[in-house]
Amino acid sequence: MARTLNVTAQNAGGWSWARTLRIVAFYVILLLIWEGLARSGIWPSYLLPGPTTVGSTLASGFASGSFIIAILVSLRRLVSGYGISLIAGVTLGLVIGRNRIIDETLGSLILGLQALPSVCWIPLALLWLGLTEQAMIFVVVMGALFSITLGVDAGVKNTPPLYLKAARNMGARGIALSTQVILPAALPSILTGLKQGWSFAWRSLMAAELLYQTLSLGTLLENGRDLNDTAQVFAVMLIIIVIGISIDGLIFSPLERRVRERWGLSR
Amino acid sequence: MRQQTLLYKQHAGQPAPGAGIALRIDGVSKTFISHGRVVEALRTIDLGIAPGEFVCFLGPSGCGKSTLLSIIAGLEEASSGTVQANGKEVSGPGTDRVLLFQEAALFPWLDVQRNVEFGLRQIGIPAAQRADIARKFIELVHLKGFERSFTHQLSGGMRQRVAIARALAIDPAVLLMDEPFGALDALTRDRLHAELESIWAATRKTVIFVTHNVREAVALGDRVVVFSPRPGRIVREFRIDLPRPRSLENHFLVDKAAEILTVLRGSMESQEQEDENGAHT
Repeated sequence: MARTLNVTAQNAGGWSWARTLRIVAFYVILLLIWEGLARSGIWPSYLLPGPTTVGSTLASGFASGSFIIAILVSLRRLVSGYGISLIAGVTLGLVIGRNRIIDETLGSLILGLQALPSVCWIPLALLWLGLTEQAMIFVVVMGALFSITLGVDAGVKNTPPLYLKAARNMGARGIALSTQVILPAALPSILTGLKQGWSFAWRSLMAAELLYQTLSLGTLLENGRDLNDTAQVFAVMLIIIVIGISIDGLIFSPLERRVRERWGLSR
Repeated sequence: MRQQTLLYKQHAGQPAPGAGIALRIDGVSKTFISHGRVVEALRTIDLGIAPGEFVCFLGPSGCGKSTLLSIIAGLEEASSGTVQANGKEVSGPGTDRVLLFQEAALFPWLDVQRNVEFGLRQIGIPAAQRADIARKFIELVHLKGFERSFTHQLSGGMRQRVAIARALAIDPAVLLMDEPFGALDALTRDRLHAELESIWAATRKTVIFVTHNVREAVALGDRVVVFSPRPGRIVREFRIDLPRPRSLENHFLVDKAAEILTVLRGSMESQEQEDENGAHT
């Protein structure tokens, strides 16, 4: 059985020279076109720096340590805010999914708040908490919380009644029923919520950091604008993209793959 | 097989908890409201089942036999009447009565080993003992070597075996089986019949087995209870005294099946007649 699975995995998303070559070629061509455009003089070089200029900005930014500090500061905010959202969101989602009265009341409120783009919390965060660390974390929490809550809620509501019957029949009650049956059964839907929450949190944090003064990724972007340093703006954008891809590749994709495998959904 | 059961009983520390118990169904009826219409699923069922008896509920789909099974399991409430297990009134699910479903209902997030351990975990048996007991029952249903497999990697027959092992692991006194082999091919079903029969012979648990397959009912049951459709009522009972293990080709069995089928057909036709009359008025 293991053998069959391996074969399928290889055929599907597997690594191959031809595939790698195609991807590398695509990006090399993209960089060449970019460099060509930058050197063509159509736009002034302070507006469109070429990849070599951006590369050297990246190198000096990392060498001076300022990029590293900025990344760490932003990630720390993200991790603490997202962690809070995770705990609160899973709890809220479970309660809303399991209790009809709470669903009708609190559930409808959260559905409404979810419709609010998470950047809209920034003015409120600044009014209530000022330009502080807490304001940044508040923005992250508000970005992620509702998506996670609704993901858990949807998963709980869609738990096949058969699993619940079987579990109750074998003596599962209360918290054990929630943690050992309902949450795992809801995992595919919870993951969707976690992913969406993460991207909302990441976006709103970047927006909030634009207004902020201590060193962070958002501040670096804003500084780049203030100083007409387009190369720095490009460099920081690249960093943000790479972080986004890494988190997806290191956390969400493996989680999703595992769930798909266990549920027998992977090809 | 006997030995494995005994081994488990030592763990549980109780004298023979898993041997079959008597069931008493008194005037159980069930009506519910579906799409604004009152549906009568069961009409006053009275039935006594002896400890260790193997009873088959036979009837067409939608005759309420699964509902009755759920009521006995304590997963659904009867609209009237009572169910007694071992002289005590049933008021909710209990691990003395375990329900097995047609879809096996294994948890896809757990491997075979942990699925079988699930019920043991709920009653707080320590991990090491849990693993031992689960291994015994996985072996009992001939799935040794599949402990780490996940549901989707198993065939339908293997899934049902895991479900049986999972139910047996908590050593219930009653097995309530809701068309457990209905979705399986004939060959697999025959093998599972034989395995179920030998497990039952070794453990002497009370078994209620719901099916719409007449031959399956005759092959397995000490008694076959025939249900009529909408509302479910007991039409007739047949005691099956054929020696075990029974062969599906045995002509006594075939004759008995034919006799029961006639009764079943009769009840369905009279129901259709009634429906038609109802439609005209």
